[in-house]
Amino acid sequence: MADDLELRFERTVQADARIEPRDWMPDGYRKTLIRQIAQHAHSEIIGMQPEGNWISRAPSLRRKAILLAKVQDEAGHGLYLYSATETLGADREDLTLKLIEGRQKYSSIFNYPTLTFADVGVIGWLVDGAAICNQVPLCRTSYGPYARAMIRICKEESFHQRQGYELLMTMMRGTQQQKDMVQDAVNRWWWPALMMFGPPDSESTNTEQSMAWRIKRDTNDELRQKFVNMSVPQAEALGVTFPDPELKWNEERGQYDFGSPDWDEFWQVVKGGGVCNEQRIAHRRKAHEDGAWVREAASVHAEKQALKEGAA
Amino acid sequence: MSTSWPLWEVFVRGKRGLNHVHVGSLHAPDAEMALRNARDVYTRRNEGVSIWVVPAAAITASSPDEKDPFFSPAGDKVYRHPTFYSIPEDVPHL
Repeated sequence: MADDLELRFERTVQADARIEPRDWMPDGYRKTLIRQIAQHAHSEIIGMQPEGNWISRAPSLRRKAILLAKVQDEAGHGLYLYSATETLGADREDLTLKLIEGRQKYSSIFNYPTLTFADVGVIGWLVDGAAICNQVPLCRTSYGPYARAMIRICKEESFHQRQGYELLMTMMRGTQQQKDMVQDAVNRWWWPALMMFGPPDSESTNTEQSMAWRIKRDTNDELRQKFVNMSVPQAEALGVTFPDPELKWNEERGQYDFGSPDWDEFWQVVKGGGVCNEQRIAHRRKAHEDGAWVREAASVHAEKQALKEGAA
Repeated sequence: MSTSWPLWEVFVRGKRGLNHVHVGSLHAPDAEMALRNARDVYTRRNEGVSIWVVPAAAITASSPDEKDPFFSPAGDKVYRHPTFYSIPEDVPHL
């Protein structure tokens, strides 16, 4: 019987059909998905902070409205993803606790600080650009609710990337100081953006099984290469350079060659040694704890209303 | 204390003339808050003209393990499909 279920699962995945919440699935598949989707959800929620940092100081009402909408989207993306984990039997409250207790991770990119307003533009262009590269193939991931959440998210990410690029184009038409600000932000974010695709394939422990289960559709290195190929012409159009002396077109491969990110730095940030790790978690914890009375009051209000309706 | 809010399934009608379609879930203390949260989470870009929220616990679903026997009554009734009937090609509008 168990073999029969497993066979049916394997066949469904091999046929590129979707696994749905009430289907039988191997424990490892369920655990891997919960870990990956939760980590993804946490990244969206923590990702509100670096940019939220600039909402009150956006240089115009237009930029402020755009930034507010973008940060609100990140919250929405986090919620779509938490919703997907719950179809696997995870509990949202439990996931939030795991995040603020440091038992589950989020993307290391959000542990870097946003020093100037140009960072808002570069995050939209490069960080959301890298996220799109990662996420577009996930629209075909084998677990139905995850794939459907990714489709919604990808549609909205396009606005994120374009607003960032447009912001940078505007600054590049400005003063020398503004242009320098853009280049400085690009210099700081380029390598962390490349690290978003995860460690090299040779060191990525989860890739093989995830590819077999069709949770993951491309390897880390394939996606990184794709991102570099897409980004170089965009940088040229913008008039900025990437801080990589090894970056050049390889005629033979038909792709760009590029240098290796500092993987020691990557692991250091993953393990909690980034500039903002502590601040990000402390802020999330405070928001959760400060909001407790609102959640309790709403519950009590709902109970009272229910009683009233029952009495009427 | 943490009595967590119940889970609600959200259905959105994309535009007039279409069915409500399931889009996801959310937690809320009551139906009214669930509707407001659903508006903010699932219709930030005019994705809907109408929203239903249903307590997740109120949904009864067929089990995928019973898939074959449960749906088999439909499987052997090919005569329910128009293609079951062969009609000469020169008969119009049929």
